[in-house]
Amino acid sequence: MIHSLFLINSSGDIFLEKHWKSVVSRSVCDYFFEAQERATEAENVPPVIPTPHHYLLSVYRHKIFFVAVIQTEVPPLFVIEFLHRVVDTFQDYFGVCSEPVIKDNVVVVYEVLEEMLDNGFPLATESNILKELIKPPTILRTVVNTITGSTNVGDQLPTGQLSVVPWRRTGVKYTNNEAYFDVIEEIDAIIDKSGSTITAEIQGVIDACVKLTGMPDLTLSFMNPRLLDDVSFHPCVRFKRWESERILSFIPPDGNFRLLSYHVSAQNLVAIPVYVKHSISFRDSSSLGRFEITVGPKQTMGKTIEGVMVTSQMPKGVLNMSLAPSQGTHTFDPVTKMLSWDVGKINPQKLPSLKGTMSLQAGASKPDENPTINLQFKIQQLAISGLKVNRLDMYGEKYKPFKGIKYMTKAGKFQVRT
Amino acid sequence: MLESNKDSAKLDAMKRIVGMIAKGKNASELFPAVVKNVASKNIEIKKLVYVYLVRYAEEQQDLALLSISTFQRALKDPNQLIRASALRVLSSIRVPIIVPIMMLAIKEASADLSPYVRKNAAHAIQKLYSLDPEQKEMLIEVIEKLLKDKSTLVAGSVVMAFEEVCPDRIDLIHKNYRKLCNLLVDVEEWGQVVIIHMLTRYARTQFVSPWKEDDGLEDNEKNFYESDDEQKEKTDQRKKPYTMDPDHRLLIRNTKPLLQSRNAAVVMAVAQLYWHISPKSEVGIISKSLVRLLRSNREVQYIVLQNIATMSIQRKGMFEPYLKSFYVRSTDPTMIKTLKLEILTNLANEANISTLLREFQTYVKSQDKQFAAATIQTIGRCATNISEVTDTCLNGLVCLLSNRDEIVVAESVVVIKKLLQMQPAQHGEIIKHMAKLLDSITVPVARASILWLIGENCERVPKIAPDVLRKMAKSFTSEDDLVKLQILNLGAKLYLTNSRQTKLLTQYILNLGKYDQNYDIRDRTRFIRQLIVPNEKSGALSKYAKKIFLAQKPAPLLESPFKDRDHFQLGTLSHTLNTKANGYLELSNWPEVAPDPSVRNVEIIELAKEWTPAGKTKKDNAAKKFYSESEEEEDSSDSSSDSESESESASGEQDEEGGSSDDSSEDSSSEHRSDSESASEVGDKRTAKRNSKSNGKSDSEDGEKENEKSKTSDSFSADSGSEEESSSGSESESESEFESRKVAKEKEKNKTKQDRNPLTKDVSLLDLDDFNPVSTPVAFPTPALSPSLIADLEGLNLSTSSSVISVNTPVFVPVKTHVLLHRMSGRGLAAHYFFPRQPCIFGDKMVSIQITLNNTTDRKIENIHIGGKKLPMGMQMHVFNPIESLEPEGSITVSVGIDFCDSTQTASFQLCTKDDCFNVNIQPPVGELLLPVTMSEKDFKKEQGMLTGMNETSTVIIAAPQNFTPSVILQKVVNVANVGVVPSGQDNIHRFAAKTVHSGSLMLVTVELKEGSTAQLIINTERTVIGSVLLRELKPVLSQG
Repeated sequence: MIHSLFLINSSGDIFLEKHWKSVVSRSVCDYFFEAQERATEAENVPPVIPTPHHYLLSVYRHKIFFVAVIQTEVPPLFVIEFLHRVVDTFQDYFGVCSEPVIKDNVVVVYEVLEEMLDNGFPLATESNILKELIKPPTILRTVVNTITGSTNVGDQLPTGQLSVVPWRRTGVKYTNNEAYFDVIEEIDAIIDKSGSTITAEIQGVIDACVKLTGMPDLTLSFMNPRLLDDVSFHPCVRFKRWESERILSFIPPDGNFRLLSYHVSAQNLVAIPVYVKHSISFRDSSSLGRFEITVGPKQTMGKTIEGVMVTSQMPKGVLNMSLAPSQGTHTFDPVTKMLSWDVGKINPQKLPSLKGTMSLQAGASKPDENPTINLQFKIQQLAISGLKVNRLDMYGEKYKPFKGIKYMTKAGKFQVRT
Repeated sequence: MLESNKDSAKLDAMKRIVGMIAKGKNASELFPAVVKNVASKNIEIKKLVYVYLVRYAEEQQDLALLSISTFQRALKDPNQLIRASALRVLSSIRVPIIVPIMMLAIKEASADLSPYVRKNAAHAIQKLYSLDPEQKEMLIEVIEKLLKDKSTLVAGSVVMAFEEVCPDRIDLIHKNYRKLCNLLVDVEEWGQVVIIHMLTRYARTQFVSPWKEDDGLEDNEKNFYESDDEQKEKTDQRKKPYTMDPDHRLLIRNTKPLLQSRNAAVVMAVAQLYWHISPKSEVGIISKSLVRLLRSNREVQYIVLQNIATMSIQRKGMFEPYLKSFYVRSTDPTMIKTLKLEILTNLANEANISTLLREFQTYVKSQDKQFAAATIQTIGRCATNISEVTDTCLNGLVCLLSNRDEIVVAESVVVIKKLLQMQPAQHGEIIKHMAKLLDSITVPVARASILWLIGENCERVPKIAPDVLRKMAKSFTSEDDLVKLQILNLGAKLYLTNSRQTKLLTQYILNLGKYDQNYDIRDRTRFIRQLIVPNEKSGALSKYAKKIFLAQKPAPLLESPFKDRDHFQLGTLSHTLNTKANGYLELSNWPEVAPDPSVRNVEIIELAKEWTPAGKTKKDNAAKKFYSESEEEEDSSDSSSDSESESESASGEQDEEGGSSDDSSEDSSSEHRSDSESASEVGDKRTAKRNSKSNGKSDSEDGEKENEKSKTSDSFSADSGSEEESSSGSESESESEFESRKVAKEKEKNKTKQDRNPLTKDVSLLDLDDFNPVSTPVAFPTPALSPSLIADLEGLNLSTSSSVISVNTPVFVPVKTHVLLHRMSGRGLAAHYFFPRQPCIFGDKMVSIQITLNNTTDRKIENIHIGGKKLPMGMQMHVFNPIESLEPEGSITVSVGIDFCDSTQTASFQLCTKDDCFNVNIQPPVGELLLPVTMSEKDFKKEQGMLTGMNETSTVIIAAPQNFTPSVILQKVVNVANVGVVPSGQDNIHRFAAKTVHSGSLMLVTVELKEGSTAQLIINTERTVIGSVLLRELKPVLSQG
């Protein structure tokens, strides 16, 4: 399966390599660099690159390319999914996944990779288990280790590995028993010029942070489970109960995890909570263009819209922009032609707007398309689909846990065409 | 620093070295210094040394050998993690010399108790295979063995090994097919992917096609799928003579929940499984999950979109409802955009084309010009596919001709050319317009396209064509080669149709072409000149020149680039690359006739047979399992038939008992026959022991005695004497009982009952708190009724059937052998033992054990005997007679008997030869300390009712429902413990009964199935310690898959 792994930073240096079978020379990455050059942008590097003897499968995250080298037929998603899991694990271990951090913790990275794959086949990818095998570095532990000479490598096989619930370790203890669930929904939408919705979908996730003692068995039920059209579960969720009763029943992993991600059926009309008024015009003759956008609330169910952020990729012909926002701050990068405007909260009484002029390259013809506007926003205490958690029960343990549920709506891929 | 004594210094050094390896720097010169540390006590140093070893061992083979012995030692470590990692590193060292050592290690690890170690063994198989393919045959054996493994941990890895080593040995899968299907949901996600891919291939070779013969019809129907869904499909299904193999259905059904997996690879694997093997009507369910994956990272999107593209060509209906999910966002990377576009094109039909075209219009204006060009291509394809919109598309494209961007215009020209070629008649205007464009367009492909169009249609635009040629002749030298060729063509065509105006021009162009730098153009010039210019040498061909040049040309078909990908299995690397990758395994076509489905039948069915008619099938089975078994079986049955008569004559009481007790004595007497003469002696011994034990025991102890008393009905020939005596020794009331033995049977029974009733009541009162009504649904009804009534009832009970409890032959004899002495440590003498589950011939309190001795040396081993015994208190052992000599390669089986005193304590003794003595020990599994008994359901309930409270242990088991079929439960229970089956009137309750070998206490096991996937396991016995140990052993066995 996976032969080797190379980590390549954005400037094209291989800063880490790991081989699970015989060593593959790093010159194999030359093919990758070639493809990278051809693609101009990092985003456009094809995930699968064939070379005469190997195949290179890569993922690009946190400005690092994770390039896996394989030799024989394998489902490409298998490798890609695994590489993403590696990145997630690093993030889990070190908080961030960046080149300096990986370089600093190279030994832990190596130990983790060693445990994750054996002969190129995944061995332990559940981060709970990995953390028992190799403890994540913390400052305290480093100090203790240097004094006592103890190690951060576990010498017992984690119990979870063999049990029926591999995602949970035994002997978890907390003084405060808490279970928090965040219902986060994202709206993906494309709004056309006139303001009508071309496509809109709601994708949601329930992220949980469970810190409970022992082996609790939780059930979570919804007021309106019919809303959920398509779901994917953390392996801990008992599928049969969901099928028959539409109840989430599970023994949770310890700590943070994603319990469920769902899709709200497309039949339901999606309420779009914001609108954008825009007037962007270029004139053929002059080298000046007018630019004006206003953002306002729409169907927000009485909640305030926060964290609004407007970004737009301007056409190449735009040299500079002189704009005046009614609130918030804005920046325009003349190199990447990226305009961003950090609006903040929307006050319905006084709608935020951004007005001004664009100076265009002299002599160039006017761009034939107006830029699209990407929108970010957050609405607290609201799940836009109307999903509501009914109740959370715990079985199997005697104590009374503290339970909390939070709702939030965010913009996903929210685009306004102009 | 590596030489330092301090661990911390060593660790620091190792960390630096690993850092070097990670950066790709060469650290091989440190090899000798590092290898020394392989035996370090510090586990982190050890791990880092392992990392180093695996990296450099290949380069320094000789030095690497130094480390091997450390691993060999570690392979025997009690810590499973250490065993596993030793195996991992050992097999990762690519040094050919150690192949035999690896082979041995793999073989041993594959029989390891820890599934984690077995999983690593499966991984090691692949490594060894890549190191030395010659080992294939041996490895296949190991794979075969591991495939039978029931642990979900192992399944994925062993299938991976199977795929790597012997993907063509599909016959190994047959027996495990159903198990794999059933386990699939519980296997870890990576294993799932591999297993699903393998099962897809398997299904394609083993089942007949579920698809209808006429695929065309199916395709026409596809639009209905979403609307009038299953109802229709079902009727369709019924009409067909085809019925799906239940195993085929099993696979499809068991993979469905995995569509909900969070792992994209699993979802994709299931999707391809459905695509390739499920009936076409059921494929629809995968689309929703695939669309969900589109929210994921760009790499995942890329692969999924590619697969959707292939699917959408064949089955538009599947993804039509999700059309809008494929709309392009300006932030998508270009490769994603083009893939989405591809899918949108495939999904376009009459109904949605107008919305799509509007969407396309925005795309055309995109800043990403490459994408805009692709959109234009797409519009062209939609126009050809859907004839209603051809005109609209054409007009739209013509509008684009006035676009300012050259790439867009050029692309439009090319597409328009293709479109016009399909219906050239009416479009003179467009051609004129395009001719004008020639002045402005510079992209060669576009210019060439225009020229070609004019040449083809030169008769329709007679005025413009010569003029264009004139212009082109002027600029000929500066044109691109592609354009030059088209100019030549245009000239030739015009010469043929309109030679009056263009003769000179053409000749001028031909002259220019003759001296062109490009040989293609010179070639073409010569060819055209010969063909069209009439001269004396021109052959017959020139007559046909006009036909040659102006023939009707078929319009090109605009096809999807994904058209030809469907012959690759979806979701594979080969499919993504559209070339065959190394090691790609073709998906075979459906077989015409299904191969024999019975090959997948597993022993479960045999087992089920085994216990229902009891007699012959059992014998067959036993013979199959272990050859020596059959003889004994026959012996015992013979002897039992003999004893029938004997026992009848020997014991007068039994005659009175009537027909039903006769049956019991038949079964039981065989074991006790040998002792029956010495019954009184044994009885004496026992009494003594019992007396010492039973003094001053609690109420529950009384219950225990009750139990024994009731068992007196179980063949008096051997035990009855001792029973009575023991009770007489301890309690006064039983003295009367002692007498009653000689009195008529019925009377005795009544008495036992009378003193039993108050006792049972006591017990239940005392333990009222613990008394759990759920756990004993079959509880004895006594406590609720008045004693007198009970007496009556019991009398009734008795008259209908007397309680019958007798020792039985084992239901099942496991073939599992345990190592007593390994041949390495025994200097060539190997010893294995197993429990034949036969009553011991040396004494009725002993467990019989068969030891097989093997001589693996090349000389005789003489005088094998058992030396010093170190037995815990009370244990006794009957040794075998010394064996004088054992030939090389010879083996001999001897039996011994050990009285374990109903405990699982280890019996240690010495196995000696002429020269050596080896310390060995036997620790019996608790299940082997039992002898199976048969009893009726009623008796069982009665006994169980008396063994409540402290004597009852219970637990709840959770397992998949397929593990709760009667045959599976039976198999699992008898595998662990030597118990007898009690026929049960209820489907959901399974009962097993046995007695302990030493004390003869009853051991009642009840498995009661509850709703959902839970079951309650209850064990009632007075030997509570053994009971709870048995419970602990049974629980994981029953709950695992």
